[in-house]
Amino acid sequence: MSKKSRTIDIVRAGMKKRKAAETRFRLYGLAAIALGLIFLSLLFVSIVANGYTAFAQSYVEIEVYIDPDRIDPEGKREDSVLSRADYGGLVKATLREMFPEVRSRRDKRQLYRLVSTGASYEIREMVLEDPELIGQKISVWVPVDDEIDMLLKGHIDRNSPEADRRVKDKQIAWVDKLISEEKIEKRFNTIFFTAGDSRDPELAGIWGAAAGSFFTLIVTLILSFPIGVAAAVYLEEFAPQNRFTDFIEVNINNLAAVPSIVFGLLGLAVFINFFGMPRSAPIVGGLVLTLMTLPTIIIASRAALKSVPPSIREAALGIGASPMQTMVYHVLPLAMPGMLTGTIIGMAQALGESAPLLMIGMVAFIVDIPQGAFDPSTVLPVQIYLWADSPERAFVERTSAAIMVLLAFLITMNALAVMLRKRFERRW
Amino acid sequence: MDTIEKSKVDEIEDTGVKEPVFMPEDSATIDRENRATVGEVFVDNPRMSCRDVNVHYGENHAIHDVNLDIGCNEVIAMIGPSGCGKSTFLRCLNRMNDTIEGCKVSGSIIMDGEEINSKKIDVVPLRAQVSMVFQKPNPFPKSIYENVAFGPRIHGLANNKVELDEIVVTSLEKAGLWNEVKDRLDKPGTGLSGGQQQRLCIARTIAVGPEVILMDEPCSALDPIATARIEDLIDELRTQFTICIVTHSMQQAARVSQRTAYFHLGDLIEVGDTTKIFTNPKHQLTEDYITGRFG
Ligand SMILES: Nc1ncnc2c1ncn2[C@@H]1O[C@H](COP(=O)(O)OP(=O)(O)OP(=O)(O)O)[C@@H](O)[C@H]1O
Ligand SMILES: [Mg+2]
Repeated sequence: MSKKSRTIDIVRAGMKKRKAAETRFRLYGLAAIALGLIFLSLLFVSIVANGYTAFAQSYVEIEVYIDPDRIDPEGKREDSVLSRADYGGLVKATLREMFPEVRSRRDKRQLYRLVSTGASYEIREMVLEDPELIGQKISVWVPVDDEIDMLLKGHIDRNSPEADRRVKDKQIAWVDKLISEEKIEKRFNTIFFTAGDSRDPELAGIWGAAAGSFFTLIVTLILSFPIGVAAAVYLEEFAPQNRFTDFIEVNINNLAAVPSIVFGLLGLAVFINFFGMPRSAPIVGGLVLTLMTLPTIIIASRAALKSVPPSIREAALGIGASPMQTMVYHVLPLAMPGMLTGTIIGMAQALGESAPLLMIGMVAFIVDIPQGAFDPSTVLPVQIYLWADSPERAFVERTSAAIMVLLAFLITMNALAVMLRKRFERRW
Repeated sequence: MDTIEKSKVDEIEDTGVKEPVFMPEDSATIDRENRATVGEVFVDNPRMSCRDVNVHYGENHAIHDVNLDIGCNEVIAMIGPSGCGKSTFLRCLNRMNDTIEGCKVSGSIIMDGEEINSKKIDVVPLRAQVSMVFQKPNPFPKSIYENVAFGPRIHGLANNKVELDEIVVTSLEKAGLWNEVKDRLDKPGTGLSGGQQQRLCIARTIAVGPEVILMDEPCSALDPIATARIEDLIDELRTQFTICIVTHSMQQAARVSQRTAYFHLGDLIEVGDTTKIFTNPKHQLTEDYITGRFG
C-alpha cells in the first residue's frame, strides 16, 4: 500500500467523527443562544405582563360647583387667597352631593377615598388659570384613587372577605353605580409620563427620574468620553514603557473591578463633603459615574487603538506626519467604532447603576422635576428601587412600567451607538 | 505601452529560468572571515553620508560599524540574506527606528551638513525630506485622492484646492497610476489591486516632494508585470530623487540600481558600482551570495 492512499484512508475513516464533533459544536452554540433568548423573553414577558396596565388609569367624572363662599369669601379674586383655598372641601362636597344617602362619618371618609387627592390640585389649577369659573358648575375628569384603580383593573378580588381588602363593599357599590352611569373611564396614563414622584401611586410619574437619569448620563458622557479617550491615547501611543506606566495600567484594571458603591462613598467624601457640591444632584451623580465608567472606556479604547494595524501608523510617519497628525487623521477614526462600543457599554452600566447614587443622596423622595444638573433628583434605577419597596399594590405595576422605560432608554442608547458606529465605519 | 509590458514580462520569465545569472569573471580574493567593508564606500558630493552606524535592538547588535555614502540622484540597492539588517539600516536614514521600542542607533548620519541622528533634530521635517515606501502596500483606508493629498495637506504644500488637485494628479501621473484611477479618485485606496496599491503608496510619497525615497522591498508582494512597472518608475524617478531600495531580487538590483551594497549579518561587506558587484565581486561572501551559494 502506498503512503498516499493510506493517508486518505485514515482521513476518510476519521471523517465521521470529525463531522459529528462539528455538529455537536454547532448545537452547543445554538443551545446557548436559545437559552439566552428564552431567559430574555421570559424577563420581557414578565415585566410587560406586570407593567402594561400602568399605562392606563381610571378617571371619574365629577361635577364640581366652585362655591364662591368656600374659595373666595371676600370676592377679591386675589391669587394668594385663591391658591390657598380649600379645594379638597369642594371635591368632598361634590361627592356628598353625588351620593346623598351617605350619612355616617365613617362612610363619608370612605366615600372621599374614591377620588385621588390629585383632584383638588387639578381644580385649583383650573381656577387659578381662569377665575371666571368661580360660581360655576364645572364637569372635570379626575383620576380615581389607586385602590379603586386596582379594583377596576381586576387586581383586587371582589369575592374575598371584606376584611382582607382595602376596598370595602360600600365603595365597590358606589363604583359600580358610577360605572353604570358611565362616569368612570379608562384613559392613557399621561400622569405617569409627565409627573415626578408622589406618595400617591395614581399621581406618581417617571418623568422626574427620567430627567434625572438624562442629566446624570449627559454629565457622565461629557466627562468620561473625552477623558477616557485622551487617557487611552496617551497610554497607548505616547507614554514611554516604564514602571510608572505599568503601575498606572495595573491600577486602571483594578479600578474596573472595584465595587461601584465604593465610588459612591468616594463621591460623598470628596465631591460633597470636601468640595461642598449639592447633595442629590445629577452633577455629583455624573462625577461618580464618570469615575466608575472611566476604566471601562479606557480599557476598550486601548484595545481599539491596539487593533489599528501598525502599517497605517508607519505609512503616515514615513511621509513626515507628526505623531499627533497620525493619531488624529488615521488612528483615531479607525479606532472610533471600538471606542464607541466601550463608551456605550460604560454608559449602559452607568444608566443601570443605583448603589453609588444611594450614597450621594439621589435616593431622596423628590417630587419636582429637575430642570438641570444642579437640581435635586433621582434616577430611573433608584426610582424602581423606591417603588419596588412601596407597599401599595399600584406601585407594583408602576415598578414594572418604570423598568420598561429604563429598557426603552437602553435600547435607544444602543440604537444610537449602532448608528454612530455605522457612520464611522462607512468612512473606512 | 502594451509591447513594453510584454517585453518586460518575457525578460523576467527568462531570467527566472536561467538562474543563477551572474557568473563572476574571476574569483573573489577577500576571505570570508574578513568583515571590513570593501569597495567604493565614499562618493563625491554625497546626499547622505553614514559613519560608524551601529544599531542595537536591546541586546541584539543588528548593525555593526557601517560606513556608507549615498550619492545624489542615484539608486542604491541593498541586498543580502534575510535578517542581515537591510531594513534596519534603511530605517536609520529617516529615523523610523525611533518608533521601535528598545532600538538604539549610534554613529553619525550627515545630510546637508546636518547630523540627522541627533536628538535635537526634529524627525517630522526629516521624514518629509527622506520619505519611505514599505514592503507591504499600506494605503490609508480612505479615498485614493485623500491618500495622495494627505502629505501635502499636513505639510501645507498647497494653498488651495486647485493646487492640491494639481499635486495629486502629477503625483499619480509620476507613479504611473493616473490612467487607471482617474475615474475613481473618490473610491477607497484599499480597493485597488496589490500593485496599484503599491504605486499609490509611491504616489503618496512623491506628493510630499521628498529628496530621498527609501523603499523596503517595494515589489516583494507584486507580480512580474507590476514589478516591471515599478522598476520603470524607479528609473524615471531617479532624475529627481535619490532612491535607496532594499531588494531580495538580484535581477532587480541589477536592473534598477547604479550602486549596490551587500550586507551580511549586520556588516556592510561590499559596496560599489552595480555592474562591478555583480560581475566582479571582491569579497568571497558577496560572490557566494550572488552566485546563489548563500541565502
Ligand atoms: N523590531 C525589532 N525588534 C528586535 N529585533 C529586530 C527588530 N527588527 C529587526 N530585528 C533584528 O535585527 C536584525 C536585522 O533585521 P532586519 O529586519 O533589518 O533584516 P532584513 O535584512 O531587513 O531582513 P529581511 O530581508 O528578511 O527583511 C535581525 O536579526 C532581526 O531579528
Ligand atoms: Mg527587511
